[in-house]
Amino acid sequence: MAKFTHLKSKVIVIPNRNIDTDQIIPARFLKVTDKNGLGEALFSDWRYNSDGSVKPDFVLNQQQNQDAKIILAGDNFGCGSSREHAPWALTAWGINAVISTSFADIFRNNALKNALLPIVVNKDIHQSLFELVAQSPDSELSINLASQTLTIPRSTAVTFPIDSFAKNCLLTGVDQLGYILSHESLIEAYESTC
Amino acid sequence: MSSNPLTLFEKIWHSHIVTQEPKSPAVLYIDLHLVHEVTSPQAFTGLRERGLKVRRPTHTLATMDHSIPTTPLSIPMADTQAAAQLQQLAENCEEFDIELYGMDSPMRGIVHVIGPELGRTQPGMTIVCGDSHTSTHGAFGALAFGIGTSEVEHVLASQCLLQHQPKTFQVNLSGKLGIGVSAKDIILALIAQIGIGGGTGHVFEYTGEAIRGLTMEERMTICNMSIEGGARAGMVAPDDTTFEYLAGREHSPKGIEWDKAIKSWKKLSTDGEAIYDQSITLDASSLEPMITFGTNPSMGLQITGRIPNPNNYSDPDKRHNLEDSLTYMELQPGQPLLGHPVDVVFIGSCTNGRISDLRLAAKVLEGRRVAENIRMLVVPGSQSVKIQAESEGLDQVFTEAGAEWREAGCSMCIAMNGDQVEPGQYAVSTSNRNFEGRQGKGARTFLASPLTAAATAVRGAISDVREMI
Ligand code: SF4
Repeated sequence: MAKFTHLKSKVIVIPNRNIDTDQIIPARFLKVTDKNGLGEALFSDWRYNSDGSVKPDFVLNQQQNQDAKIILAGDNFGCGSSREHAPWALTAWGINAVISTSFADIFRNNALKNALLPIVVNKDIHQSLFELVAQSPDSELSINLASQTLTIPRSTAVTFPIDSFAKNCLLTGVDQLGYILSHESLIEAYESTC
Repeated sequence: MSSNPLTLFEKIWHSHIVTQEPKSPAVLYIDLHLVHEVTSPQAFTGLRERGLKVRRPTHTLATMDHSIPTTPLSIPMADTQAAAQLQQLAENCEEFDIELYGMDSPMRGIVHVIGPELGRTQPGMTIVCGDSHTSTHGAFGALAFGIGTSEVEHVLASQCLLQHQPKTFQVNLSGKLGIGVSAKDIILALIAQIGIGGGTGHVFEYTGEAIRGLTMEERMTICNMSIEGGARAGMVAPDDTTFEYLAGREHSPKGIEWDKAIKSWKKLSTDGEAIYDQSITLDASSLEPMITFGTNPSMGLQITGRIPNPNNYSDPDKRHNLEDSLTYMELQPGQPLLGHPVDVVFIGSCTNGRISDLRLAAKVLEGRRVAENIRMLVVPGSQSVKIQAESEGLDQVFTEAGAEWREAGCSMCIAMNGDQVEPGQYAVSTSNRNFEGRQGKGARTFLASPLTAAATAVRGAISDVREMI
């Protein structure tokens, strides 16, 4: 499994609340049988006009954001459809962490399996991050997974919660299916009782 | 076995844990894995790359629903990418020995409609699918939830899933529904109250007089949209209504096995003293028909209500979100929705595409015509629903009224198969999501019940069905 240890990057702000997976990647891009081309379709309806031309105002299209790897989003990111295409599209575009006050359950699970870190911060930190990026758009945040810290320029580092199993998988690259299959004999024992 | 009082959820959860190491999620055994064309191809690729087989093909069931056309299947598919995806599913099922209700199966349909129809969905089971509306199956007292494609691969290979134990959330529905008010209105009212993140991290259990009075199809409508309230699963303890529904279905237990099953299913209810992490009560008798006005399912109101004013929200984020939604929907604060013109009416989906939904809609349409300005699409949730509806003459009612009668599939709920609402058009839809672009790029969706949808189709504008029945 892909690893995640630390990250330092500028931040792309998408302040909307409840950004659902239909926005992250609209359903018409789900007809693929592989993972190719999903980065181009990320936030497609917000990124392109109906004639296919680029909307220059949308954050993902702005030159200064092209190498940013962190999205700062409104509350409840990733609700809706279970499509794993959403984290695939985000990581294919180059995003490795999303910061919000909360994440929808299925999205969070999917993200963690793709080395996309869902970082939950409290309302005050969330608000201060919006203000920070508004004032100095080039601010870089540092994320350290081992210490579970988010370091904010001109402020103290804050810790963020993460499930310890998922954290360990990300740090060491443990393969979750391999982990399940290592319990093969217990699975067999369970099946024999049913 | 512990003698602690347990909730329905806990009973199923505990009995499916294969093992759980310290500081690790449980390895949870999965009894039924439903597969469809959109969220499975990369999982099968993963199996191939690792040289793995499907561990329990008999616990696995596949169908084609999301990208399948709803026009007669004799017409060749114009969308080559969708056709390739369907073909891929057929090949994967062949290679891995999975039962597929494919293109020409008379039992094909939306995965959450056919599971129950076939009797594959049963009380006490753990059920997963790469689809968030897997919560539907919880209506039978199963623990059913949506998973991502990596997890689809895990379940295919191991019949197990790594899961942390969610919390429990009791949704108590007291009282009885009024005339013209349906299961869809209950769930839209609940979500409007708790918000789309209100159930995050929880499993809903619906209890109370109102739930007991509902049919299985109505309970499925409610459990289906649990995910729209943020809960991954919604459950109803099985009772005689459940057993009557299941009796005699193709995959239901038979003979002595049936008696044994009933005995164990009857134990699947929350113990008197058990404690939920959260609870809410809704009085069903006070509910009115509901409709959404915004771009997520919690933005709903009573059909006689008026659109809220963003200026009344003190939280700036909330205000901006409502403003953005109203801009997208081209609606004004304070405006009533009754009488708002509509272009499309869609009846179908895993929320409201079952036979009882079609019967209700047909009752409203009987002897009436779909208004000139409306394109109405009626899409049965499965081919079995279609066959049943046709045997009752419902298709005639729909076509004589001027609606289109289609083959089964997800259709305009997700707009992957060419059935879509055009940019800027308004649709009243019986499906479950009103997200921007969900029913087609630029489409504007009002979610409502089949009764409200049918009434709207007749009048050409959003209508209160209670004036027509
Ligand atoms: S009908 Fe809609 S919600 Fe249901 S499974 Fe199909 S696409 Fe998903």
